Amino acid sequence: MTTTLDAPAPVRAPVPVGRRYLAAGTFILLGLIDIFVFGLFAHRGDAVFALSLPGATPKLPGIHVPGALTAYLLGAISIALGILRAVADLSPRGKRITIAIALLCFLLSLLAWADAGSSVGPLQVIDLLQGTLTASIPLMLGAMAGLMCERSGVINIAIEGQLLTGAFTAAAVASATGGVWLGLIGGSLTGGLVGVILAIFAITFLVDQIIVGVVLDVIALGLTNYLYNRVLSPYANTFNTGNTFGTLKIPVLGNIPIIGPIFFDANVFLYITYALILVIQIGLFRTRWGLRVRAVGEHPVAADTVGIRVRWTRYRNVILGGLIAGIGGAYLTVGSVGFFTSDISSGFGYIALAAMIFGRWTPLGSVAAALLFGFSFQLQTELSVLRVPVSSFILLMAPYVATIIAVAGLVGRVRPPAADGKPYIKA
Amino acid sequence: MKLELRGITKRFGSLVANDGIDLVVQPGEIRALLGENGAGKTTLMNVLYGLMQPDEGEILLDDEPVAIHSPRDAIRAKIGMVHQHFMLVPVFTVAENVTLGSEPVRRLATPEFHLGGLRVPPLGLASIGLLDRRTARREVLALSERFGLRVDPDAMVEELPVGVQQRVEIIKALLRDAQVLVLDEPTAVLTPGETEDLFRIMRELREGGRSIIFISHKLKEVQAIADTITVIRRGKVVGERPPTTTSTELASLMVGRSVQLRVSKEPAKPGDVLLDVRDLTVAGERGERSVRGVSFQVRAGEILGVAGVQGNGQTELCEALIGLRPATGSVHLDGTDLSHAPTRVRLHAGIGYVPEDRSEDGLVADFSVADNLILDLYDRPPYASGIALNLDAIRESAVKRVEEYDVRTTSVETPAGTLSGGNQQKVVVAREMGRDVKLLLVSQPTRGLDVGSIEFVHKRLVAQRDAGAAVLIVSSELDEIYALADRIAVMYEGRIVAFCPPTISEQELGLLMAGGGDPAGSTAPDSGDAPQTPVPAQEPSSHE
Amino acid sequence: MSDQHEAEPSAEPYVPTAATTTAQGTGAPAPDQPRGRQPLTGSAIIQAVTEGNSVVITILAFFIALLVGAVLIVASDPVVLRAWDSVGYAPGTAFSATWTSVSSAYSALFEGAIFSPATISAAFHGGSIAAIFYPLSLTTFEATPLILTGLSVALCFRAGMFNIGAAGQWIGGAVVATWLGYAVNLPIVLHAVVCIIGAFAGGAVIGWIVGEIKARTGAHEVILTIMLNYVMYNLLAFLLSSRNLMQAPSQTSALAPPVRGSAMLPHVGGPPPQVGVGFLIALAAAAATAWLLSRSTLGFEFRTVGASPSAARSAGIRVERVWVLAFLIAGGLAGLSASTIVQGQTAPLTTTSYGTYGFDGITVALLGRARPLGVVLAGLLFGAMNAGGTVMEAATGVPADVTNVIEALIVLFVAAPPLIRLLFRLRGTGGAGPQAVASKGWSG
Repeated sequence: MTTTLDAPAPVRAPVPVGRRYLAAGTFILLGLIDIFVFGLFAHRGDAVFALSLPGATPKLPGIHVPGALTAYLLGAISIALGILRAVADLSPRGKRITIAIALLCFLLSLLAWADAGSSVGPLQVIDLLQGTLTASIPLMLGAMAGLMCERSGVINIAIEGQLLTGAFTAAAVASATGGVWLGLIGGSLTGGLVGVILAIFAITFLVDQIIVGVVLDVIALGLTNYLYNRVLSPYANTFNTGNTFGTLKIPVLGNIPIIGPIFFDANVFLYITYALILVIQIGLFRTRWGLRVRAVGEHPVAADTVGIRVRWTRYRNVILGGLIAGIGGAYLTVGSVGFFTSDISSGFGYIALAAMIFGRWTPLGSVAAALLFGFSFQLQTELSVLRVPVSSFILLMAPYVATIIAVAGLVGRVRPPAADGKPYIKA
Repeated sequence: MKLELRGITKRFGSLVANDGIDLVVQPGEIRALLGENGAGKTTLMNVLYGLMQPDEGEILLDDEPVAIHSPRDAIRAKIGMVHQHFMLVPVFTVAENVTLGSEPVRRLATPEFHLGGLRVPPLGLASIGLLDRRTARREVLALSERFGLRVDPDAMVEELPVGVQQRVEIIKALLRDAQVLVLDEPTAVLTPGETEDLFRIMRELREGGRSIIFISHKLKEVQAIADTITVIRRGKVVGERPPTTTSTELASLMVGRSVQLRVSKEPAKPGDVLLDVRDLTVAGERGERSVRGVSFQVRAGEILGVAGVQGNGQTELCEALIGLRPATGSVHLDGTDLSHAPTRVRLHAGIGYVPEDRSEDGLVADFSVADNLILDLYDRPPYASGIALNLDAIRESAVKRVEEYDVRTTSVETPAGTLSGGNQQKVVVAREMGRDVKLLLVSQPTRGLDVGSIEFVHKRLVAQRDAGAAVLIVSSELDEIYALADRIAVMYEGRIVAFCPPTISEQELGLLMAGGGDPAGSTAPDSGDAPQTPVPAQEPSSHE
Repeated sequence: MSDQHEAEPSAEPYVPTAATTTAQGTGAPAPDQPRGRQPLTGSAIIQAVTEGNSVVITILAFFIALLVGAVLIVASDPVVLRAWDSVGYAPGTAFSATWTSVSSAYSALFEGAIFSPATISAAFHGGSIAAIFYPLSLTTFEATPLILTGLSVALCFRAGMFNIGAAGQWIGGAVVATWLGYAVNLPIVLHAVVCIIGAFAGGAVIGWIVGEIKARTGAHEVILTIMLNYVMYNLLAFLLSSRNLMQAPSQTSALAPPVRGSAMLPHVGGPPPQVGVGFLIALAAAAATAWLLSRSTLGFEFRTVGASPSAARSAGIRVERVWVLAFLIAGGLAGLSASTIVQGQTAPLTTTSYGTYGFDGITVALLGRARPLGVVLAGLLFGAMNAGGTVMEAATGVPADVTNVIEALIVLFVAAPPLIRLLFRLRGTGGAGPQAVASKGWSG
């Protein structure tokens, strides 16, 4: 009892010495890759970036840049940033800006190299960005789900299971009833149900939260596989018809060149995602609800002593998170391919978790990280169109390596909510 | 408001923490609850504040029984509490912390509208209304001016000194218009000056008709501020006394028999310098310098007591000496340079270390007593041969130690976490003293122990000194420093501000601890001629 | 259990959990014996049941999980559902259909995992005695990789860390073992040994990366291992799809060349009923891990760091070094798991060979309470479920995936002793579940 009333003990970790130079070193390494890989090996000729989809009106002119020269230039910028990081003590904000620029340089020089002198045609920038955004939807929603839980002090590793069961239910319900909206709601509720189970075990029974999460993921995989093989597959005409949402172009905004097709010409899931990000960002940092949630996640005993119901707050947030992840799961079926297949979430839940940590437990940061993952998935598709002589598997590896580098300290000390993962025990 | 507790009983398993406690506090009264650590004071107050439910008994306010099932109910009943461990969210601002739970909000003005013929009422967004930061700020400022509690409402709590954090806690209670205010060991983290300040505020609140319950185990403070003193021992009220009662009487009530904290010990016979520390500087949790250029020596057969208010760098000093914290400067043990040695090397070189937080750092609660007794000896003979543990030797030696140090346990296989605090400390002491040590580094050795265990530990420490070890004791209990130290070093804000003999008066020592003393003054005989008082505060005499 | 002891336990009534606290207050005449003061073996067994010690909890969890599995089987069986549609006028049919559905599935599961009564009667009529043990040999075969990844996860648990990366470490071991297996030409026993050592080293390197990053930067191992898994999945796909790296010649799909016969692990006994050398490796690894944890100084360091990093630091234990070593050895164990598959099966390495060994290792370690013996038993149980699941699917059409659900449910229930106590109205407190061995929070 006495231990639970103590203030959370400060984390005592040795201060790593090389962290400052880690960032600088990484930037310089990226710059060197820009120059010696992308620059030197670029084909002769210009890289062309097409800014409108083929056949779209109005047609915008593509941007032509010399491939090798661009890579050299961007590499130089990256190296300069690395040197800056090594010598100057930047503010946290400044550090984040340098990271963003260095990453951008790397990606642009990669694209310049890939498209330089390409015979296949220009790089479809709109396609790339549009695809990035849609590929990121389950990641963004998953990250929001994780955020809801962890800000209140419950670690959610079960995002993967919530996505998977959400996808399953959405497909089955949408197929059986013919209503895609019912599918979406069903998917969301299923995610919420997994949230309820997580909450019961983590909050009431005080089971280690990482363990419950992992076990729930295993159960979700086994259960959906079982039901898929037993019900969905044999009775596909009833339960797995591949019902999907259509795209919905926002009237005025959708017609803006470049921005319109990227942001405002997709199906309803993208708009739901926008709304949820906005609501969570404002909710967490500008409302009474958010202040209380953060208090519960940082110092539950303090929250309890001012009359905030800690367990109730956690229950509520974990279930809300589950509902959000369930929507993300529904996207995988009714928002995208329509059909449920075995293990359709294929690890998106874990990537969403990484995005949330990468984004330092903030909504906007998580979204940025999720977009980075989505971009790498889409980039791999685009580059295979351009017949780039690099194995797609190496490209697919990149965001995971980036996350490892990030959690290893490139983005500075990451501080999770202080009570994250610690159950609240009352006498 | 009049508060009455009737027959409060609270059990934890077989332990009865509160045993039928009755207590009446009148409006406008400062009531002191005096008792040893572990007497049940904090439990009682947690019951009053709804953090724990009593097994029996009832609470009355103005003669009306009230049901307090949660802090929510307590707040509603106008009971406020300042906990020993502050209940503040470190990453929130002062204003956010103060208003948390009763935040002013700007309601979202959602007009009602009509959907076809259906009337849609205003959406229920009131409960998730937007925070009104301006009002929160204003409320904090108003309270802090009214009661003379200076705080900056926009400061981040984690960046404030503890004294100010305590003010934030008091404001927090006042914002909720607390008529009964409980202060749990509020002076433990304060300097004497800050304590005076707190007493002034308490008196002011009393004038306003509020009742205050002041929990302490320090006689002098209780005598200075309380209107009535209630003494609690082993979960029972053993007496109510006016503040004019003598210290001797209060002390004997508190511990149940008259105690003599002065350990009988011979005068020290200091030998060679064993520990020589020069210009030691240590970084704290957030990179600030928590120990600033400290130099001192400890000789064989001598106990150096480090006095100071908690949080002035003593903890960090100890952890740096044992190698748990990076530090600059030099540390020599018996001529061996340990300045950059890791913990393991320092332990092997002959330092015994009794850490401040016994349950976190000193023991592994899940491990058996036997395993705990070899926690830092597991890889040395006879407990290990090569990389294999010698389980028989471990067990044999454990049985011997348990007997020698009078550890009350059912067997050496019992998990250490199930032992009482005193017996846990005996395990740590047995381990650290059970081998050849040149230096014994002891931090808060008797915190939370019962009197019997305190005496035992004290005797052992003196025995080590007499056996020729150098002993460094850090304690925030002045009584302990007086009882044990042959020489006192006073720490203030990361510096040793004075060395003084144990004959120094408590007033002078208190002044030094508050940073008010003159380190070169006559009270601190640090001019350094005799071996007993060798070192001036800032410049050490040359090494051997 | 002797006679005089039998009377005692029966005197102790079952008291529901909720009632215990209130009963104390009423001053009931029945004197409540304080726990720990009953040295009698008979009552100790009863106490174990009533207070729910780990074995009892595990058995009860197993039955609840089987029950849930039965519900799953029944609820998705069209025959049963049709029978229940007409339960109004043929209730007997509904119940018998339900019973048939569940019992046929579970008896097929049992026959596939342990033994089939048919083989025994066949043996009496001149059939093969060896055939009786065929299901058991399949069980050991299925259990082998699970025990090894389970040990990998368990070792990290004991050092206070969560190894979700057994899958990545498995790939590390598999790649090295496969390459040594087809590219190197060595004499028969030596070749296999070299491959085993290579697999251990390959897994250990991947584990070491995690430990080293954690030790140097404090990054949380859960996120590191998850990310490294994906890196390894892609690396495996890259290696197997690159013609000049590990892709089998004259193959268009991502496939490694087959391991040479000289590197294959032989069987003891057989054919059909046999024990693979891989299983013996798993048992030896479990014994070695047990020795390491309970009898060696390094194991003492692991356990101390796992139980209390701050106390370990104060005792002079180099916590960071322990993290690195624990992950290194854990990775090696996961690599051994790969070796038993790569060298134990004739199928070549593919991009999905890693299967679910990594995650299964987590459930096995949890069920085995992070103790080597427990891991072996849990691995055998899950191996039996897997072996039986295949037979069940073939015999009754119930997808084998249901066994995965049952396995995970067992772990979930075992992880929450209070839930089991609540369901079965057992008394008791605390009871260190597997959570006692796990890391707490991100900052751990």
